Amino acid sequence: MTSRGTKHKNFKLHKKYEGLLYVSPWIIGFLVFGAYPLFASLYYSFTNFSMFNKPKFVGLDNYIYMFTQDRDFYQSLLTTFKYVLYSVPMKLIAALFFAMLLNRKIKFINLFTTVYYLPSILGASVSISILWRFLFTKDGLINGIIKKFGINPIPFLEHPKYALFTISLLVVWSFGSSMVVFLAGLKQIPAELYEAARVDGASSARCFFSVTLPLITPSLFFNLVMQTINSFQYFTGAVVITNGGPVKSTYLYMMMLYDEAFGNYKMGYASALSWVLFVLILLATMLIFRSSDSWVHYQDGGNAR
Amino acid sequence: MKKQNRISLALTYIILIIVGFIMIYPLLWLFFSTFKTNNEIFSSTRLLPEKFILSGYIDGWKGSGQFTFGYFMLNTFKMVIPTVLVTIISSSIVAYGFARFDFPFKNFLFTLMISTMMLPNAVLIIPRYLLFKNLSWLDSYKPFYMPQLFAFAGFFNFLMVQFYRGIPRELDESAYIDGYGSFRTLIHIIIPLCKPAIFSMGIFQFLWTWNDFFNPLIYINSVKKYPVSLALRMSIDSDASVPWNKVLAMSFISIVPLVILFFSAQKYFVEGVATTGLKG
Repeated sequence: MTSRGTKHKNFKLHKKYEGLLYVSPWIIGFLVFGAYPLFASLYYSFTNFSMFNKPKFVGLDNYIYMFTQDRDFYQSLLTTFKYVLYSVPMKLIAALFFAMLLNRKIKFINLFTTVYYLPSILGASVSISILWRFLFTKDGLINGIIKKFGINPIPFLEHPKYALFTISLLVVWSFGSSMVVFLAGLKQIPAELYEAARVDGASSARCFFSVTLPLITPSLFFNLVMQTINSFQYFTGAVVITNGGPVKSTYLYMMMLYDEAFGNYKMGYASALSWVLFVLILLATMLIFRSSDSWVHYQDGGNAR
Repeated sequence: MKKQNRISLALTYIILIIVGFIMIYPLLWLFFSTFKTNNEIFSSTRLLPEKFILSGYIDGWKGSGQFTFGYFMLNTFKMVIPTVLVTIISSSIVAYGFARFDFPFKNFLFTLMISTMMLPNAVLIIPRYLLFKNLSWLDSYKPFYMPQLFAFAGFFNFLMVQFYRGIPRELDESAYIDGYGSFRTLIHIIIPLCKPAIFSMGIFQFLWTWNDFFNPLIYINSVKKYPVSLALRMSIDSDASVPWNKVLAMSFISIVPLVILFFSAQKYFVEGVATTGLKG
């Protein structure tokens, strides 16, 4: 009887820990590749660690230097904020606009979706950054076309005023993935709501602001969070298209971080930079999350998420 | 009312066609430019080349140093394929644990996993670099697939958990009654039903690893191991007079696998994005 009892108990115990066994690879992975690096970089940020000497604790020196003496820091930070403010809203507005057009009953829907979606899978590649550099350079295709209309060539990549914006355009061009998220959201809006609004005599603008926009907010929220996190860390285009120039006008935060860590081997200082970026991303995300209560509308009342 | 509808529909088509043309034109232009001479590329805005020449491809493929471009393509596959495979295996297993079992601290761990999705790479790279250096993993593709072997990518785990949740538990229970263990149930009952999710996962991991530039730049330092992203960067960096037709031809070749993947698995791309809202 007792043996049977223990057997049963063992079985239950086994069941209880079986799930843990399945998730154990992730637990190890999380500790080694996530938690350890996270805390190690926090520790390094308080040291003068470089590739050539052992980390020595220097307190807040790195942060004090960053905020009081490093000119590149403020410049890059400002550039990165500008970049986020250019690229994220433009991309999301384009994505929502075309998602709405594609949500209508139209022909060739698959063809259109393909055409609008394809750029988003290629946009992050070095190839497309090279293409961009090539299209927007002084004697590139875009200026060639502009010339035909009798307009003077625009120094898209050669002038600090335009370079960052030109790079943002590449990211806006790849709005397709956000568009598909919106499209999925739009498909869930019941048609009756539009009919009811129309019966009440609402104009299409009114329909958009009173029906579509409130009901699409969960997708908008998701896109906003993900795009913001990604934009703060943008790297490829700024390196390949302009290499940070002209006069550091596209020297984004990640480029500075990369240069400090792997160019100057100032691992301690670069860790401090990475934590400042992390905190900024966290603050931006929290701001979006906090404010979401007032503008994100969940059809099920919001408990499911 | 009807007339107004027809006008707005016509307007929709016009906008979709014009903007669609603008969206796709850079890609067409890239394609046709690879057949132009260096001179023609900059002197003409015409889409089609005067004469189709293949020297961009032939010279570009040969490369400038000791390696052909084909060598870099092969490197990229060596980096991407193992990463994709271990992601699929590990994430399927880990997500199964989260979706089907109760265990201590499950909710805490799940929340932790979700929050790693928002953990920026920037804050991890320096200690990771040093760790991989100590493990002698630098200049190999281990920094790409080892984290995936331990299912570090939270979004793929999340994608699979969501998908498993949509599969009725009765299937598991009847498998248990038939004497299947939980692992056999996963392999023989659950996984065959998850093909769409597994395809989506594989496709996105392929895409992201293929396009990755930042991580190879950090972890790979000898040209011998360069994937295409670094090889392309090198080709425009080397000197002031960039042989554009060569560079463009190789740029085009390096996105061909992605385009093929896209057209052969379009359904899974769209489904994957729509169900989980993954970035592209």
